[in-house]
Amino acid sequence: MSTGAGLLAALILIAIIAPLTMTQAAEQLTANAALGPSPEHWLGTDDFGRDLLSRALVATRLTLLMTAGAAAISVVAGVAIGLAIWLAGRRVREVALRVLETAVAYPSLIFALVIAAVLEPGVSSAVIAIGIAGIPGFARITANLASSVSSSEYVVTARLLGVSPVRIAARHMLPNMAEPLLILSATVFALSLVEISALSFIGLGVQSPQYDFGRLLNDSLGALYTQPVEAVGPSVMIALTGLSVMLIGDALAAQADPRAKRSFFRRSLQRDRTAGVPAGDTALVRAENLRISIPGGPQLVKNISLSIDPGEVVALVGESGSGKSLTAMAIAGLPSEDLAVEADMLRVGEMNMLASPDQSRLAKDISIVYQDPGTTFNPSLRMGSQLTEVLRTHLGMGGAKARQVIIDALANVNITQPAQRLRQHPHELSGGMRQRAMIAASIVTSPKLIVADEPTTALDVTVQTDVLRQFRRIHREQGTAMLFISHDLAVVEALCDTILVMKSGEIVERLTSAQLAARDVHHPYTKALLAAIPTLEPAPAPATAGAPTP
Amino acid sequence: MTTHIQSRPAVLYGAQVSNLNVRFGSAHVLKDVTLAVPAGTVVGLVGESGSGKSTLGKTLVGINKASSGEVLIGGEDVTRLHGKRRRQMRREVQYIPQDPYSSLSPRRTTGQTLAEALDPHGANPVQHREAIAAALERVKLDPSAAEKYPHQFSGGQRQRIAIARALMLEPKLVIADEITSALDVSVQADIIRLLQGMRGTVDSAMLFISHNLAVVQQVCDEVVVMFQGRIVEQGPIESVYRDPQHDYTRKLLASVPGSPGFSLD
Repeated sequence: MSTGAGLLAALILIAIIAPLTMTQAAEQLTANAALGPSPEHWLGTDDFGRDLLSRALVATRLTLLMTAGAAAISVVAGVAIGLAIWLAGRRVREVALRVLETAVAYPSLIFALVIAAVLEPGVSSAVIAIGIAGIPGFARITANLASSVSSSEYVVTARLLGVSPVRIAARHMLPNMAEPLLILSATVFALSLVEISALSFIGLGVQSPQYDFGRLLNDSLGALYTQPVEAVGPSVMIALTGLSVMLIGDALAAQADPRAKRSFFRRSLQRDRTAGVPAGDTALVRAENLRISIPGGPQLVKNISLSIDPGEVVALVGESGSGKSLTAMAIAGLPSEDLAVEADMLRVGEMNMLASPDQSRLAKDISIVYQDPGTTFNPSLRMGSQLTEVLRTHLGMGGAKARQVIIDALANVNITQPAQRLRQHPHELSGGMRQRAMIAASIVTSPKLIVADEPTTALDVTVQTDVLRQFRRIHREQGTAMLFISHDLAVVEALCDTILVMKSGEIVERLTSAQLAARDVHHPYTKALLAAIPTLEPAPAPATAGAPTP
Repeated sequence: MTTHIQSRPAVLYGAQVSNLNVRFGSAHVLKDVTLAVPAGTVVGLVGESGSGKSTLGKTLVGINKASSGEVLIGGEDVTRLHGKRRRQMRREVQYIPQDPYSSLSPRRTTGQTLAEALDPHGANPVQHREAIAAALERVKLDPSAAEKYPHQFSGGQRQRIAIARALMLEPKLVIADEITSALDVSVQADIIRLLQGMRGTVDSAMLFISHNLAVVQQVCDEVVVMFQGRIVEQGPIESVYRDPQHDYTRKLLASVPGSPGFSLD
């Protein structure tokens, strides 16, 4: 922000001061014609003996004013038209959007040339031409933003409250679109600068004796071979102005969305890919004093230690923000890029998860089941190619063999017509079915560890039961170790051998399933979590006839 | 199917739905739905995803259009209303969405959000200061919350604000669409306690959409079970839970984790 803002402030200062102090040097005809650079004239003089540096600096005012005017026309009219299109009825909206798309497809500079050619060449017609030419693009962007904001629940709620469309636009849509629009305005400013300069350069913009950067470039053209230094002043000024605005735009974007900011942090990785396993340590997973923090910021996971034996099912339970998912992802070798992960030891089998483990082994040994079955699959690819990917890339299976393995796996998790499912896209399957497919795919590599991150939270209770049963069956049949993340103690109770309760980055209680079943818990937080579970009371009559079928 | 509904509406009812059908193109999403939500009571609507429970909620609010049937709100059939009267009736049915993170405008203070519910035209929080403080008080939030923006609240607090907004107009009917599903269990417990504490102080009828029968038991007076677009069972919580008639109801009862009937085997 500071670089761009500083640069622009300097340019604005020049635009204010230069015309007051340098106009004489810039416009007075003298006998010192066509001089090269010298201590008196840093960039030399032109054919009329005018100081070129002064001319470039004085031109800043007119250029900035014209660019600001044109950008303002594009932005204000663009926002107004974009919003008006959204406010209009559906039919008008469809037609208007198609018209806009046609206008956007037409290069705006050519559009501006036509307008400028129709009007008398000069300052105001250049501003109007470039301003109008920029409207369709901005209107289209505004309409797009408006349609995404208007589908948000707060706009729907406001509509249900009887708030009129115009008020919804003013109160809810504009403020929530302001940030991206502001950032895009910087781009529009930079574009207008280039286009206005181009217009003046080809003689359709500013006319002598007035001059802006484009006009100065045009003047320098005649002497380009004899005195190329004439082109330096305006070129550098155009580049600097454009750069300052784009830097401000980037900084605004980074402020609006911290993720857009380029992070120079690189997690330091250990060299040694294999972890030394001490004799007698039979655990499959061992984490000792695992610490995860935002570099230079707070510590999110504080010195936690845990181990998972082969075939053991361990639960990490806690509320949002307790660090349970961070811990699980660090163990799975997939921590977020911008987090620092440290530990005295972090291994899965012999893989050192503090180094960068072999991709192929990682894919085979650890499977991950995510929370939202709606976003785990790529919506544009068929289920078949996604589910067989690991088998094909890491196990070297042929397409037909991989499909057969997946079809059997899908049948195992009670998915009907598995062969047909492989030809379908993710949206054609229900959430529960997608999650079962994910689980089926997660075990075909016979992994040593399944990491399941809230795998049932997005599902209905009946589907949740079904999915939990699949985990249970896999554990029974294949003895796979699991790390199961949840915010609900009741969900993990029936499935897990060991339950670790996490709060604010620390493990506050370790329970065996027997202790949890007996409600033999001590930490107040665990007690609170238990008390929060909604349970049926009194117990419903045992289901006899027509008992629930899995 | 066990129902306990008279064929004709009485004034007593906040909302009365009769033979409601909703079709989207060739899909018949709601089939002959008939139910009543009496004023001052909370009726739970349970069913799996795709059973039509959210469609029913959205049809009552007026987001979806009924293909046939009657929706009486305070005795008036809202499916036949047009123009100004329809807009007025819209305010009589309020909707609380599932996700508290997207239901409040990030750029407006709680006071502005609540003032808008009272007065969609002016929406001036200063004019309605007392009403806003009372609404916040009702959901156990401090009056100072009116000055704050959504990002300054936790998910549970945001859901309280959404509840306060829906109740502010004293509407005839409130649709609570899975309002605890996106919350952690501990936060869910807070919201459940809040709703329990409000019992008897609210005149509005509430349709509480959920897929968790334990939550429904703690919040609702009656329950309606939907399956594939039809109501398959309805009645007082106790009788439905003690003696479920439909297979799907039994499956739901056995799916509440931590409850005695729950087992993974």
